Amino acid sequence: MKKEFKVIIDLLPKNVRVLDVGCGDGSLMNLLIKEKNIEARGLELVEENVKKCIYKGLSVIEGDAETELYQFPSQSFDFVVLSQTLQAFYNPEKVLKDLLRIGKSVIISIPNFGYWKVRTSLLFFGKMPVTKTLPNTWYNTPNLHMCTIKDLFHFCLEKNIKINKVIGVNEEKTSEIKIGNLEIKNLFSKLGIFLLS
Amino acid sequence: MNNNLKNIKKLNISKPLLLDCKQTVKDFPLAYETYGELNKSKDNAILVFHALTGDQFVAGINPITKKEGWWVTAVGPGKAIDTNKYFIICANVIGGCMGSWGPKEIDKKTNESYGLSFPVITIRDMVKAQEALLDHLGIEKLLCVTGGSMGGMQALQFCATFPNRTFSAIPIACSTSHSAQNIALNELARQAIMADPVWDKGKYLKKNVQPKNGLAVARMVGHISYLSEKGMQEKFGRKLQEKADYEFSFNADFQVESYLRHQGYTFVERFDANSILYITRAMDYFDLSRQFKGGLLEAFKNQKTKFLVISFSSDWLYTTKENKDTVIALNASGADVSFAEIKTDKGHDSFLVNEPEFLKTLKGFIDSMHIKFKK
Repeated sequence: MKKEFKVIIDLLPKNVRVLDVGCGDGSLMNLLIKEKNIEARGLELVEENVKKCIYKGLSVIEGDAETELYQFPSQSFDFVVLSQTLQAFYNPEKVLKDLLRIGKSVIISIPNFGYWKVRTSLLFFGKMPVTKTLPNTWYNTPNLHMCTIKDLFHFCLEKNIKINKVIGVNEEKTSEIKIGNLEIKNLFSKLGIFLLS
Repeated sequence: MNNNLKNIKKLNISKPLLLDCKQTVKDFPLAYETYGELNKSKDNAILVFHALTGDQFVAGINPITKKEGWWVTAVGPGKAIDTNKYFIICANVIGGCMGSWGPKEIDKKTNESYGLSFPVITIRDMVKAQEALLDHLGIEKLLCVTGGSMGGMQALQFCATFPNRTFSAIPIACSTSHSAQNIALNELARQAIMADPVWDKGKYLKKNVQPKNGLAVARMVGHISYLSEKGMQEKFGRKLQEKADYEFSFNADFQVESYLRHQGYTFVERFDANSILYITRAMDYFDLSRQFKGGLLEAFKNQKTKFLVISFSSDWLYTTKENKDTVIALNASGADVSFAEIKTDKGHDSFLVNEPEFLKTLKGFIDSMHIKFKK
């Protein structure tokens, strides 16, 4: 199981309702149902992925999270999950607001642009970084709004979004991020996972 | 019109049915057909609803017209809706003309065809009449209800009216209410029939004739709306029909004209003009939100049914947006709903033709629902 999925699953209680925004082929939804008896629904843009979900018997709606989140009623899910796509939206602030409207809590994961390998790539090679979590080059990346764990942390404070928990993930381990260790964790985490409400 | 409808399956509905027009009817025939076998645990039954000009003969060869069933692309042995695995039921809607109670049936009071004295029926009336068939076949809960176009409307209506009688539903290329454009197109079809002098206020059957010209035009209108602009252009373009140059006449010079005329005039052989009036009216009156005080939210409240809504990108009769509105309403009611848009140039007709992506989606959903339902 992907380390990211493990963290997300651990953050979720049993028997809740979860909307997985950008659910891909439904791998995470399948795990949520099996491990936590969660009532999972998905929203997915790519037609091929939508079909894969349908074949698996998962509930998925084909649509674009950028423009179609309005169809979900307010507070209709216990949790909304957004895995590594916040940075790909034209207007991530609007999307995040919508997620917080739909879910009582929101779990967001972001590839951390503050990770040391990303920083050194730019510092020493003077080129836009290409890593395992950021595999695209500058001209074909879907990521329009890259940010760091620190950026999103500060953004939430600024916008009065309650941060319940932040978890940093790197090759070796996962660890909790607090305001006190933010600088160091922002340097050593490949991925940041935020539990917001 | 072929009247050889004696040897087909018919159920006499003896339970009184209160129609939306407030008339109560009983002891009327509902013609139906089944394919495959109902298994012991009775968890493999699928109710298919037909569209405006369809009938109960979904698969195989239609015994009346001797042509292939209208959904032979999707239903049959080894097909998306596999008759080796599932028990498929389809009934001719009331108001229709393939053996069910409709305007061409004989009114016992007058010993003549009903004609326009047949009551104006609704989609809900059609669906209620079919519930009795499930009781007759001993099916308490269906695995799935499905249908395209008016068949999809019936599927939605069925779930709203009988929320506990199906495990899943696939409304295809339809909406929860008819749009102004759809009503307008239906009105065109009706006016074409009523403008034909043979129609004679619906009394033509007494003279054993059909308003063929009007009915053919009505069918042509329909056919145009079932295709997409691009599909039509690619299929016909400006190609001429078996001739090198214009004839400088009003004969069918263009292939598209010839196609429409063919569709129109073969249709009159198998369909009753008054049935078109009644069924199109039922479609126009369809508005699920009007049936419930709280609108659509109430219509789909407490739904346990698992929905898959399917639309086609080039369908301009029931657009993706309209299908999505159904999804939004289902979502707002907290129902379990999936949605897929099939990218195709084949227009509204996509559900009837061989459209592999559509058929794969249909099969994938039904098979996965069967596994869940068995549990």
